[in-house]
Amino acid sequence: MTSTDDLLVIEGVTKAYPGVVANSDVSFRIRKGEVHALLGENGAGKSTLVKTIYGLVTPDAGTMVLDGLRYAPSEPSAARQAGVAMVFQHFSLFDALTVAENIALGMETPPKRRVLARQIREVSEAYGLPLSPHRRVGDLSAGERQRVEIVRCLLQDPRLLIMDEPTSVLTPQEVEILFRTLRQLSSEGTAILYISHKLDEIRAICDTATILRHGKVVGDCVPSQTSARDMAEMMVAAKLDTPVKHPGTPGAEVLSVDGLSLPAASQFGTALKEIGFSVAKGEILGIGGVAGNGQDELFAVLSGETRTAPDAVTFDGRPVGRLGPHERRAIGILSAPEERLGHAAAPDMSLTDNALMTAALRMKLAPGGWIDWAGVKGYAETVIKAFDVRTPGAHTAAGALSGGNLQKFVVGREVMQAPQLLIVNQPTWGVDAAAAAHIRKALIKLAEDGAAVIAISQDLDELMEISDRITAICDGRMVRPRPAQGLTMNDLGLMLGGRDPEEEAVA
Amino acid sequence: MIRLERRPAPSKSWTYLAPLLAVAATMIAGAIMFALLGKDPVLAIKTIFWDPVFSPQFGSYSRPQLLIKAGPLILIAIGLSLGFRAGIWNIGAEGQYIMGALAGAGLALALYPMELPVLLPLMVLAGALGGWAWAMIPGLLRTMFNTNEILVSLLLVYVAEQILSAAAVGFLRNPEGGGFPGSRNLQSYPSAHNAEIIANTGIHWGVVAALIAVIAAYVLLQRHILGFHIKLAGEAPRAAKLAGVNPARLILFCMGVSGALAGMAGLFEVAGPAGKISIDFGAGYGFTAIIVAFLGRLHPVGILLAGLLMALTYIGGELAQLMLSLPAAAIQAFQGMLLFFLLAFDVFSHYRLRIATGRAA
Repeated sequence: MTSTDDLLVIEGVTKAYPGVVANSDVSFRIRKGEVHALLGENGAGKSTLVKTIYGLVTPDAGTMVLDGLRYAPSEPSAARQAGVAMVFQHFSLFDALTVAENIALGMETPPKRRVLARQIREVSEAYGLPLSPHRRVGDLSAGERQRVEIVRCLLQDPRLLIMDEPTSVLTPQEVEILFRTLRQLSSEGTAILYISHKLDEIRAICDTATILRHGKVVGDCVPSQTSARDMAEMMVAAKLDTPVKHPGTPGAEVLSVDGLSLPAASQFGTALKEIGFSVAKGEILGIGGVAGNGQDELFAVLSGETRTAPDAVTFDGRPVGRLGPHERRAIGILSAPEERLGHAAAPDMSLTDNALMTAALRMKLAPGGWIDWAGVKGYAETVIKAFDVRTPGAHTAAGALSGGNLQKFVVGREVMQAPQLLIVNQPTWGVDAAAAAHIRKALIKLAEDGAAVIAISQDLDELMEISDRITAICDGRMVRPRPAQGLTMNDLGLMLGGRDPEEEAVA
Repeated sequence: MIRLERRPAPSKSWTYLAPLLAVAATMIAGAIMFALLGKDPVLAIKTIFWDPVFSPQFGSYSRPQLLIKAGPLILIAIGLSLGFRAGIWNIGAEGQYIMGALAGAGLALALYPMELPVLLPLMVLAGALGGWAWAMIPGLLRTMFNTNEILVSLLLVYVAEQILSAAAVGFLRNPEGGGFPGSRNLQSYPSAHNAEIIANTGIHWGVVAALIAVIAAYVLLQRHILGFHIKLAGEAPRAAKLAGVNPARLILFCMGVSGALAGMAGLFEVAGPAGKISIDFGAGYGFTAIIVAFLGRLHPVGILLAGLLMALTYIGGELAQLMLSLPAAAIQAFQGMLLFFLLAFDVFSHYRLRIATGRAA
């Protein structure tokens, strides 16, 4: 039953990979001009489904009908010709080329450079996405880069625009601009398939939502009439247990960073400029910021991977700037980096090996240098059990775990070592709701037990949920930390832009 | 349509299967090559793999040769494997082997003809130091100036060869040699002679050292945190840094150990089977050991087996040259195939082959 209102009708799409069925008998329809959300945890099959629609994956079974015609794109160019465009979560742009050059590269038959530049300007102005065709992409912010990708799609006059996690790199203000554009497109009849974890956004912009779990459609809803909590519970099929933060009285100051400046390590790195802050025992300090503003550099300074002048970082009144990660662990400074595969964990090594990696010293797993393998295995199993890591066993390679499970293991491995100070970079990046709640609860518990925690995160909701104080890093500078209680999203937005909301209010 | 699909985790069984399949494939491809050269392929393969050990005619000569050849290969490969595991590529073991031989033999020749019971151990130490020092050049350049250790260590091989020929015709030349190039023969200098421990077995102190190295490397890699850090640095360098591994120290350690072992191998060779410093002393052990290390999966026990196999192809190859007049280049190509096939089969430990029924859209 296809009504003329339907733009894309998906019927029984199934796709299996070795060992996992990514999509199983998925059916739903997208109407013309609607903003349709695709919801689901990591691994629910959202990516496979949109890749099928965009011609990157050929389904094992099932049919798709686009505007009344059978639609089976064999490759993305066929999808684009049929009027389906996609903005990926990770941009595919060349830093060294200009906006116009990048856009021309993605076109089958690019028009003359001058014509194209005019088109870019017209489209970007028509949709409120100001963009100069002659700027180098390397100089653009993440939000501007996304505009390049969107304009690239819009130039093809799509009937369906797919957006994969479009707001993960944007500030709240940039999100507002994007939403205005999407509403305008939708009012002109372009359908939008919107993939996101962020339920509040979906409630704000989407007309309907299809919810996937374990590759199957488990329901649909009208987001504006459904609470975020209900949607989350449909995604995970379980009651969610939101961690609750009990604001305690902060203890003595344990770590302080003072006058920290560091030149950028590479051309695309970020220099740290005059950073100063402190953390107290029992406190969680949240550090927000749009990716690439110096978070990784700051993390490396705190973990000891990058060394600084001795007194740029002091711990318990003692200068530690010159100490490496091993020496810092000895005095109780532990860290969990953002990149799970290759940094926080060695993907081809077992969980047992990965437990030994950072826990050897504090858990006394290698006395005198000789590894106590039984002890290491025991510790790995303890972490697996305490953090509910879903894995066949400690012998499993870290790379074989799902992102959420590996993240639980990585954070658990540090938390269980009873740190005095734990630094976590993006504690729940790309992690499903249930695992994220688990990790946040563990961090809160750690602080309640008297440790100091520094959580660097792009996820503002997360920062609000767990932090006692929040600061933000922008272009290598840090704004003054402020108590989390009473901060509004607008304040946070200003902070992400490197401004102090209080000073703004006065001015 | 045939596609390679990445495995979620590397396959254990393929890791062990790949070397065996590589040997089998080398035999087949080698047989084809020998047939194209107009030789009886079955006979050629039998001459290379069977006759050196079991032939009643040659066995008594070639069996000891097997250990004599395998000893230095294993000793050098064990050292190299540590670095290779950590992603530190010492390609210049041949040069370190030569410099070790020069240092050790130089010490003996300086003391000649003094008889000294501790001379051989002192020479071993000197040999290890010589190889270590030569390997420290690329090691230090890498840690201080971030030069590429592959290039530097490789080019230093050619420098070492020049020093070797200078020594053979110049400063280490036998003063009683009638002007011929080459040093005094250490086999006739009892204190310095690395003689067979058990007669007619080929077992000299170098073979013993190789076995000790195998055991020590095994224990280091399996039981000690340093061995774990070596593996970690190779698997995930950033993770190793987070774990507190100092990359510079690791580079110097791995370069140092591989250089010292290669230097020792050179000393055992010059004081034993070779006997003297000569222009053609460098026989390519340092390069062949690279193949041995990979053929043995960079695993100590694997290297032990691979070293024996490689020695077999050497001796069998010589035999085939002698008996079937196969060209030496054909034997080298045959040995090269072994590494080639190993790398080819290795793909399957990380990828699986899928024959997809590409559905037309």
